[in-house]
Amino acid sequence: MGSVNATAPPSALRNIVPAFRTFAAITGSGFRRYSTYRQATVAGAFTNTVFGFLRTYVLLAVAAGTASGLAGGYDREQLVTFVWAGQGLLAVVALWGSTEIADRIRTGDVASDLLRPVHPITMYLAADLGRAWHAVLTRFVPPVLTGLLFFDVYLPRQWFTAPLFVLSTALAVLLCFACRFLVNAVAYWLTDIRGPMIAWLIGSGVLGGLFFPLRFLPEPLMVAMWVATPFPGMLQTPLDVLVERDAPAMRCGLVALQVVWVVLLLTCCTVVQRRAERRLVIHGG
Amino acid sequence: MALLRGQISAQASYRVSFAIDLGTNMVATMLDVLTVLVLFRVTKALGGFTLREAMVMVGLTALAFAAADLTVGNIERVKLYVNTGRLDAVLVRPLGVLPQLLLMDIPIRKAARSVFGATVLGVALASADIDWTVARVALLVYALLGGVLFFASIFVATASVAFWWIESGEIGNAFTYGGREFTTYPINIYSGWFRRVFAYGLGFGFVSYYPALALLGRTDPLGLRGGRGARAPAVSVAIAAAPAAVWRVGVRHYRSTGS
Repeated sequence: MGSVNATAPPSALRNIVPAFRTFAAITGSGFRRYSTYRQATVAGAFTNTVFGFLRTYVLLAVAAGTASGLAGGYDREQLVTFVWAGQGLLAVVALWGSTEIADRIRTGDVASDLLRPVHPITMYLAADLGRAWHAVLTRFVPPVLTGLLFFDVYLPRQWFTAPLFVLSTALAVLLCFACRFLVNAVAYWLTDIRGPMIAWLIGSGVLGGLFFPLRFLPEPLMVAMWVATPFPGMLQTPLDVLVERDAPAMRCGLVALQVVWVVLLLTCCTVVQRRAERRLVIHGG
Repeated sequence: MALLRGQISAQASYRVSFAIDLGTNMVATMLDVLTVLVLFRVTKALGGFTLREAMVMVGLTALAFAAADLTVGNIERVKLYVNTGRLDAVLVRPLGVLPQLLLMDIPIRKAARSVFGATVLGVALASADIDWTVARVALLVYALLGGVLFFASIFVATASVAFWWIESGEIGNAFTYGGREFTTYPINIYSGWFRRVFAYGLGFGFVSYYPALALLGRTDPLGLRGGRGARAPAVSVAIAAAPAAVWRVGVRHYRSTGS
């Protein structure tokens, strides 16, 4: 990538451009990698769409069963947008995640990541951003269009909702990446991470707002989850921003909370990585 | 049997992970039920059914799905075997392909889910104020067997897709986990072609909805005649026959990897 010069250490300022270029190159390769999994992309979008129908009908039935016609403060159209945008976002942030890094740790392949001239977390993050961008085009658009086609959806009414939603989604991607990295990093200590992985799937699905909007929960419990866990920042926050559930100030506050969690967790990732490198023993000869 | 014993000891040897695994699996099943409870916190009725009535459907689905997942859920992994060509090793052994794949990774942790599913169903039936008759007890047993067989065949059918469509990825989940989601709720909340396809075309309506109507002694809000509920399990058994054939054709279609 031309970012490392073995003979002369370049000045810090001149380092920035190559570092950026390296980052962009890894992001590009992440994008290209996922664009070769065409069958899997179609299969994933199809599955998200089926679940979109299921969840829409269930939430609409909930709204129909209430006296006011509102469920958790959302009207019918907001619920529809919540479900379909959520089905798309879930692939963009990669809520289910994968055990790829954990597998590399278990097999010892991670050693080659540590030898590279780029910090491993930077490298994983760059590749993940490429994946997320690919998912925006292939996994976010189809369910959202399906929702538009088959149901009455809620369209944002204020101009700043669009940029705020984009920002909130970007933060959600970072947040989810950090969490997935931490779950995978458990493999440095435990080897088999099936258990932590399932715990993560449950936590992210329920607390993230995928199974039902968190507003369905009792108020104190909901606030506690929002402040004390990063999970709502991965789906619920961007979706609430999109359907304009709260007053503008509150929406900005929720996005600010995402920023806090992103900083906190990315710091945590680097600390974990540093500690893990110290105790890592590569198996085999 | 030796395969099964080997699996159990292999899984138990990673002790911490096994314990977390067992615990979280239990929680995962509880959360499906918890979701329904949360929804009923917001609303009084779902499609005209109260919580107690809906819980009968939830219980039937939870137990039938968990039992099917425990016995044949592993078949999902066949796409990995086809993808990597490891199915070769399975084919050359002097045992059936299906039984071998099922025993190669028996998830002991999934047993906990069936226990939980049975508990939910028990509580739901006890609190649903059902007028028990011999016919209804027979229907319950019959419905459960039909449901397990039905979900099992959905697992086999969706896994068979991998023989033709190697990177089928999550597509099976739309019908296995999606099907579970569908039958958890009364089918009259879905509408139009979506309901027709899932409930009647694929047969998911006969897993929990019609048996539950018959158990509760309710008439169908969708207007199907009363007798249909009692016959429902027979329908799901009939539908279940097809995937076995698909599987056999699929195995024949398999070509290994490499040159």
